Amino acid sequence: MNPQLTNPRADEIDSILKRLPFAQTLGMRCEVLGDEMTAILPFQEKLIGNVAIRALHGGAIASFLELTAMLQVFLVSDMPRPPRPINLTIDYLRQGHAKDLYARAYVLKMGRRMASVRAEAWQENRAEPVTALMAHFLVTSD
Amino acid sequence: MNDKPRKQYDIAAIMSENLNVMRDVVPWANETGFRVSKVEKGHVFGLQPWAEHLVGDPESGIIHGGVITTFLDNLSGMACTAAMTEMRFVATIDLRIDYMRPAEKGRDIIGEAECYHLTRSVCFTRAWAYHETRDKLIATAAGTFAINKPRLGGGRSKS
Repeated sequence: MNPQLTNPRADEIDSILKRLPFAQTLGMRCEVLGDEMTAILPFQEKLIGNVAIRALHGGAIASFLELTAMLQVFLVSDMPRPPRPINLTIDYLRQGHAKDLYARAYVLKMGRRMASVRAEAWQENRAEPVTALMAHFLVTSD
Repeated sequence: MNDKPRKQYDIAAIMSENLNVMRDVVPWANETGFRVSKVEKGHVFGLQPWAEHLVGDPESGIIHGGVITTFLDNLSGMACTAAMTEMRFVATIDLRIDYMRPAEKGRDIIGEAECYHLTRSVCFTRAWAYHETRDKLIATAAGTFAINKPRLGGGRSKS
C-alpha cells in the first residue's frame, strides 16, 4: 500500500485505471495527494504522431487529458463510476516532445447535472503547457 | 522576385491513389488502427474498427472518446491537405468534440471530415462519426488547422 494514498477515492482511481483497457494502452498512471492529482503519461514510441520531428500525437495527448479530467471529477465527487463526457475543446499550444507528459485538471464547477473541467498538460515547465483542454461531463447518476 | 506561378497539383487525387500512406507512418494511428477509405477534394472518409485495447468503459465495452478524437483529428487534418493544390502539412490549432451517443460495442465507426474553408495560413474543418449514416451521429468535431510552410533544406523552422 502506498502511504501517500490518504484519500479513499485514490485507491479507486488506481483500480479504474487498471480496469480500463484504453488507459493501459496509453500507459498512463496517476499520483493522488489529498484532492490533488497529477496524471503521468510516460513516453512510449507508439504515442508519436510525427516521426520526422518526433512529436507526440495530438490525439494521444487529448485522450490523456480527457481521462485526467474525467478522473479528477470522479476524485472530488461521490459518483459510483467515472462520468461520461458531453463535449471537449482541445487547444494545441506547443509541440509535445518525445518525453514524459504530465497533466492536472481543475473542476471549475461541480453542478448537480454536469461538471465543467479544465485540464493542462506540460513537460519540463509547468508554466509552458503543451495542450489545454476544457470539457463538460454528465454527473447525474441516471 | 520570383513571379513564376507555382505549379498546381490535385493533392486529393494523389492522396486517393495512396490512401493510407499518410496514416501508416504515424505510430499512434497504427496503435488505434483506423484506416482511410476515400479521399475527395477537401473531404476524407475513414473507418475506425472496434478493438479490445481501445475500450474506455469495461462494463459496456464502448471504445474511449479519445479514440474518436484521434480519428476525427487525423481525418480533419487530411481533409485540409486534400483541399490544397500544393503539398502542405497542417498542425491542429484547436479541436472541439461533441459526443452525441456512445458507439456500440464491436461495431466499426465511420468517420467523415471536410475542410470547408481555407485561407493562406488556416484551414477550417468539421467532422462526423457514425455507424451507418450522418442522421445518427456518435460525435461531431469542429477544428482549425495551421498550414505549415514548406521546410527548405531540412532546417528546423521556429514557430
